Amino acid sequence: MSEEITLMKGNEAIAYAAIRYGVDGYFGYPITPQSEIIETLMEAAPWNTTGMVVLQAESEVAAINMVYGGASCGKYAMTSSSSPGISLKQEGISYMAGAELPGLIVNVQRGGPGLGTIQPSQADYFQTVKGGGHGDYRLITLAPNSVQEMADFVALGFELAFKYRNPAMILTDGVIGQMMEKVKLPEYRRRRTEQEIREQCPWATLGKTADREPNIITSLELDSAVMEKNNERFQAKYRVVEENEVRYQEVKCEDADYLLVAFGSAARICLKTIQLAREQGIRVGLLRPITLWPFPTKVLNEYAGRVKGMLTVELNAGQMVEDVRLAVNGKIPVEHYGRLGGIVPTPDGVLDALIEKMVK
Amino acid sequence: MDTNNIISPENLVYAKPELMNDNHMHYCPGCSHGVVHKVIADVIMELGLQEKTIGIAPVGCAVFAYKYLDIDWQEAAHGRAPALATATKRLLPDRMVFTYQGDGDLAAIGTAETIHAANRGENIAIIFINNGIYGMTGGQMAPTTLKDMKTSTSPDGRNVQTMGNPLKILDMLALLDGVCLATRTSVHTPAAVKKTRRMIRLAFENSMAGKGTSIVEVVSTCNAGWKMTPAAANDWMVEHMFPVYPIGDLKNI
Repeated sequence: MSEEITLMKGNEAIAYAAIRYGVDGYFGYPITPQSEIIETLMEAAPWNTTGMVVLQAESEVAAINMVYGGASCGKYAMTSSSSPGISLKQEGISYMAGAELPGLIVNVQRGGPGLGTIQPSQADYFQTVKGGGHGDYRLITLAPNSVQEMADFVALGFELAFKYRNPAMILTDGVIGQMMEKVKLPEYRRRRTEQEIREQCPWATLGKTADREPNIITSLELDSAVMEKNNERFQAKYRVVEENEVRYQEVKCEDADYLLVAFGSAARICLKTIQLAREQGIRVGLLRPITLWPFPTKVLNEYAGRVKGMLTVELNAGQMVEDVRLAVNGKIPVEHYGRLGGIVPTPDGVLDALIEKMVK
Repeated sequence: MDTNNIISPENLVYAKPELMNDNHMHYCPGCSHGVVHKVIADVIMELGLQEKTIGIAPVGCAVFAYKYLDIDWQEAAHGRAPALATATKRLLPDRMVFTYQGDGDLAAIGTAETIHAANRGENIAIIFINNGIYGMTGGQMAPTTLKDMKTSTSPDGRNVQTMGNPLKILDMLALLDGVCLATRTSVHTPAAVKKTRRMIRLAFENSMAGKGTSIVEVVSTCNAGWKMTPAAANDWMVEHMFPVYPIGDLKNI
């Protein structure tokens, strides 16, 4: 028995992966369908083992600002919520982007707008990748499609966040958060020592030592000429992320006449649609963006020269489809199929839409 | 003896604390902030906490507090300083973590963060500057603005029937079990400055001793926002602010 494989929910996998990765602090507020994350952490009581702090905040606003405080100390700090709570966190996310703070936010999406429903949705795509808070900033966005990826992306999220000093989000939904699958959790990693944090994050507010100037974490700069330079620095960083960190998965794309483009739970459904379509002689593949920002623009543009059309499948009214259209730039038809308000598409529904909108 | 040999170490009776740098303060002449900054610097030096102190600056007039004291600082979103301080102190329990907040920041937009941090008994010190007005944005009504007091958003005076009453948030905080120190001071006389210094020192000691949340409310002047000379503002504060916000300990355990 070299591999430890267990069965658990996606939300639980996030919690256990956080403990094992050596996360320093989790700050959250209950909201369906993600409350298992904080419940699992409280049950596991990692403060007794790894020393991880777990705190139930008074609001989502407080929780994201606790992440801001923890991240300011160079700590691995994270929070999780679901759509209405993520709206409340936008202030803090914008401030983190402005102060160039690394941290991890998990959004287990539910249907909106407003209080909406507790059923799954992907309707926060725009909010996440187009900047839900104020100002010109980008949020590194990972879209897991399995419980295994929920576990794996905790580490990936923190690695990218600290590599670029930028907040990162795991954008998932109630399907992936609630469903149980087998998962191999990551190995335990020791939490970083303070000396290691001082070396990794020379900017961290750990207390000013005699050998350096004060560290100041702020997003404020009243001199517009300097603020423009700050913004240009952020934009240059975002271009580097776009150049180096695009991640996607291709399924049966080699001989495909049509491409489904879908992320997260929608991509899981599309796997079955591919099988059904191919049984009918329709050659369909799936391109699954794993990073929603940076978006796999280049590869989609390349496929536009090889396939007849693309259909995005989303649990929303058509959001990612805009980025696919921008990537394809009019070369081929790009259509959208989605279900709204917490309804999950079926593989047959996707196939019918593909035939009606594309194959005819 | 001339001025050159008067200025010598053995004659030193008063000096700018080492922790304060030479950046020009943006505060208006006569404002209380500068005095409280100096007191905080003095206390950090006295307690030898230069390398252990992390300050959390607010949004408001003190948004640039981080420019004047040579310690590590985090600049918070409006009202969120106690949330930043909570995480910082929890993740670095041997550090001294304090927030510096005005009345709009602490008693309006940050009420929830303040009350819940205090209710959890976070081992932080909160320095609360209450001058009854929004200074930075140009003199608007604050939650602590007095009855009938004129501001740019209460030009005919605060009508408590429609605009609410002056919020005595320290009284609310003193009721919470997580709070070990809730005290009101001022800095309008040398004696008052000395008292403020003792209370801020106690608050910082409480933080390091893990006794819970300490709040030092410094009833302050905003002579620019109040449209008075500094001297007149001090007199007005004594006459009008002190009856509503009485100086002294509400809780000290």
